[in-house]
Amino acid sequence: MNAKPTRFLSFVPYAAWIVLFVIAPIALITYYSFFDLAGNFTLENYRNFFTSIYFKLIVNSFWYAFLITFFSLLFAYPTAYFLTKTKHKQLWLLLIIIPSWINLLLKTYAFIGLFGLYGPINAFLEMAGIGQHQLLFTDFSFVFVAVYIFIPFMILPIFNSLDKLNPALIDAAQDLGANAWTTFSRVTLPLTMNGVKSGIQVVFIPALSLFMITRLIAGNKVITLGTAIEQQFLVAQNWGMGSTIAVFLILFMFIIMLFTSGSEKGAAGSGKIK
Amino acid sequence: MKDIIRVSVVILAVSAILIFINAKLANTGGASGKNSITVFNWGEYLDPALLKQFEEETGIKVIYETFDSNEAMMTKIEQGGTTYDIAVPSEYAIEKMKESDLLIPIDKAKLPNLKNIDPYFLDLAFDPENKFSIPYFWGTLGIAYNPELLDGQTFESWEDLWDPSLEQEVVLVDSAREVIGMGLNALGYSLNSTNISELEEAADKLRTLQPNIKAIIGDEITQLMVNGEAAVALTWSGQAADMMWDNEDIDYAVPEEGSNLWFDNMVIPRTAKNIDGAHAFINFMLDAEIAAQNADYVGYSTPNLAALDFMDPEVIQDERYYPDEEARNHLEVYKNLGLEMLGTYNELFLGLKMDLQ
Repeated sequence: MNAKPTRFLSFVPYAAWIVLFVIAPIALITYYSFFDLAGNFTLENYRNFFTSIYFKLIVNSFWYAFLITFFSLLFAYPTAYFLTKTKHKQLWLLLIIIPSWINLLLKTYAFIGLFGLYGPINAFLEMAGIGQHQLLFTDFSFVFVAVYIFIPFMILPIFNSLDKLNPALIDAAQDLGANAWTTFSRVTLPLTMNGVKSGIQVVFIPALSLFMITRLIAGNKVITLGTAIEQQFLVAQNWGMGSTIAVFLILFMFIIMLFTSGSEKGAAGSGKIK
Repeated sequence: MKDIIRVSVVILAVSAILIFINAKLANTGGASGKNSITVFNWGEYLDPALLKQFEEETGIKVIYETFDSNEAMMTKIEQGGTTYDIAVPSEYAIEKMKESDLLIPIDKAKLPNLKNIDPYFLDLAFDPENKFSIPYFWGTLGIAYNPELLDGQTFESWEDLWDPSLEQEVVLVDSAREVIGMGLNALGYSLNSTNISELEEAADKLRTLQPNIKAIIGDEITQLMVNGEAAVALTWSGQAADMMWDNEDIDYAVPEEGSNLWFDNMVIPRTAKNIDGAHAFINFMLDAEIAAQNADYVGYSTPNLAALDFMDPEVIQDERYYPDEEARNHLEVYKNLGLEMLGTYNELFLGLKMDLQ
């Protein structure tokens, strides 16, 4: 009988949180996006968004976010796989996660020194006979630093799903004559797909709106939606346009969430093999 | 459950210790009387020794806070959370603050030292008769370069930046009006142009500079130049002075087509609570010896004529920092172009950055 009031009470903090910190801010941003500099109601911001350079900006942001996610995944999956096979896996995992506790800006500034013309990486390149190279302010350095920053968030969910994978299923596949590749592509990968998907989510979405790294590491040669929003709010003081860009960013994130959040299939139990 | 309680207790205990230490440290910061002023200034823009001296001489305690852009400063003052008694905006920001009624008129009777200021810097277009503002520092925008890393190039003209030998060598400051302004100057247009076709022409001109641009960044420019990582930078005279302080090879030039001449000025914002204290502070900073010491520390040019007597003659005769009136006539002061135009400048700058490779 009293199940209902308890359920209602436990729902209150959640609802309050969602209303105050999710719905209200999004509603405010949407509200601001309909006003121009003089404070008049207008759709001009949206028209501006589609006719001007912002469209190219979206393409740019998506391309770099894709690159960052792709390379994170490329390195994270084998790493996570290797980690599950090690003896002290929790310790190794901890070592990978610790850098993510350090402030992002500090890590970025460290890379300015590392990538500098007279930094250690160039000193090494010279010693190896490759010669000095301009590393800072290139696409390469931007993607490298971004991948470095995001990779722990990609490794974690993949590690968890690989760790939960029932080893009996691998044995079964091998008993039935599957070679290593078939076992991986037909058993391991499909069963850890949920980990990969949530990894992609937590990397791709923040990568879309990176902004400080674009200036510090890429010297503004890489421009993302985050840079545009920052400029609209802080320099141009055009809150309407800044909000409009933000509305689209939220929209894109929502679409990505829809695509990457599949049905929650348990890893160990269900053996869904196509 | 037990674990959660244990963790919570540890976190609370650590926080309590930190709060205690923080309170202890704050207490040793001096007698906190009612008589204090809050000064809101650019970073690295005042000799800290002078704040101590002011406190000792007047008994007014100074709370010192810094900002890094006119826009951020104005936003904070508009919101009115803190009672700033002194702020140091640039000229176009003063125009804007006057429009938004954010300033308190200055009582010149309380500023006997105002006589020290060079009349050239008084009664300027952005604040006729200096009703609201008193000059603090001035300077130019120009090109800092390291001849050691170049083959004898000099920068008499903006056009020199387009030299093919400077491929991937030029660093620009990440600021729309400065960069677009450089394009306008290179074409012989006004820095305050509101003519769309002129602005677009300037953006196209800057697009052709693209192969030479190494990066567009902020204050990190200083370090890059000092370390010899970059050879040429678009920067302000005082920042160039900072670079030269650490690396004697670096030189600074203002191209002859013209450039930006700017003034930073002390004002009393609407938020002020201690207006007498604010006047005392302005008067203190106008003192000849104090202004000289401050200029020596900060590296920008002082508008204080009497202070020049106390400074190194080599510095004040240096045309790079103290261009004579004839040279100043080629320079232009920024006008407040309004938010609409600022947006146009920004969008052109954003487009420019996107075309960088």
